[in-house]
Amino acid sequence: MKRICWGVAVLDLGVRALRLMGRKVVNAVWRLGFASRFLATIILSSGMAFQRIGLTIRQVYFAGVLSLIIILVSGLFVGMVLGLQGYDTLQRYGSSEALGVLVALSLVRELGPVVAALLFASRAGSAITAEIGLMKTTEQLSAMEMMAVNPIARVVAPRFWAGVISMPLLAALFSAMGVLGGYLVGVVLIGADEGSFWSQMQAAVDFREDIVNGVIKSFVFGLTISWIAVFEGFDADPTAEGVSGATTRTVVISSLSVLALDFVLTAFMFRGF
Amino acid sequence: MNRTLLDLWVGLFVAMGLSALLFLALKVGNLSSTTYSQGYVLTANFDNIGGLKVRAPVKSAGVVVGRVTGIDYDNQTFQARVVMSMDARFKFPKDTFANILTSGLLGEQYIGLDPGGDTENLASGDAIKKTQSAVVLEQLIGQFLFSKAAEPNAPPAVK
Repeated sequence: MKRICWGVAVLDLGVRALRLMGRKVVNAVWRLGFASRFLATIILSSGMAFQRIGLTIRQVYFAGVLSLIIILVSGLFVGMVLGLQGYDTLQRYGSSEALGVLVALSLVRELGPVVAALLFASRAGSAITAEIGLMKTTEQLSAMEMMAVNPIARVVAPRFWAGVISMPLLAALFSAMGVLGGYLVGVVLIGADEGSFWSQMQAAVDFREDIVNGVIKSFVFGLTISWIAVFEGFDADPTAEGVSGATTRTVVISSLSVLALDFVLTAFMFRGF
Repeated sequence: MNRTLLDLWVGLFVAMGLSALLFLALKVGNLSSTTYSQGYVLTANFDNIGGLKVRAPVKSAGVVVGRVTGIDYDNQTFQARVVMSMDARFKFPKDTFANILTSGLLGEQYIGLDPGGDTENLASGDAIKKTQSAVVLEQLIGQFLFSKAAEPNAPPAVK
């Protein structure tokens, strides 16, 4: 009798764990579907964002221009560190002329888009989520709907497109600053040969293969981050706790998706699957 | 915030971003140097291509005149078949010699063309007849040891 009771308890626990897992998966799929429909709605109702371009320009200012300082400074420092570390490693093999190649390729292909995207997610993505979430909490979005203004067209779409526009520009600025930082440390400070720094770099970095692929990457990251940021803001629970949770989720989910997408894009672009 | 100031900042931001892209394309990348016209295609069969890769440069007298666009294995002759896309501005005689060379001691491998003296030029789709394979270090060392051992007054082998 006792043994049967134990057996039932264990079975019950197992079924409950399975049910929990099932609910999590169903919820995740439901949210993904909701987010996809939300993205479709944004794109369909983004006429106003381009017709009244002032709305989008204002958001480009908040997402792009205000992120400039952090992007430029981090780009410079990442490039300088690459210059130092790369020189230290390369000169062991007597090939310090390849420093330019190392700095430029790692920045243009990987570090530029990825690090700029991570910074952009935490600097601009979180701000977008918090703003939209607070608008929802204070019922500004409902008020707009009352006045027959579509909040997706008026509030969400300009922020989304501003993120999509800003991200590739920020990534390009990051890479350019990084190359300058590597030049500053490698050539000006340490004294690697300037001619071979630039000429080997130009010989190794291909416009189509490296630079355009980097821009495509940063565009995809911009799309992803903006999408996640506006969705989390729009979907936030209308409480103080809900907005803070949504902001955290924006940063965590966009960082993870940027890194995962980066792997997938790199596999497709540079291995040619 | 003032509308005109906002526009100015955003305009500045976009201009900076585009100039960074331009800097990457022209100064970091090779957009300025590879705008050569895609001309004609040549093939060449090699016994051994060593570490030659697709997109490796084809040089003559040190100047890049084309790029390797494909590497293939020919099952009839058991040789490697290399396809090269050449710049239309440069023509080479029919008896041009193709070598696989290495830039520097550890550098990448490229194809070097030595023009011959034929009056007719290679046309698109032609094959370069005279080729020399890549130098494989192991074979070179093997040959060196073999010739050393074959010398009559070779030092006795160490016991």
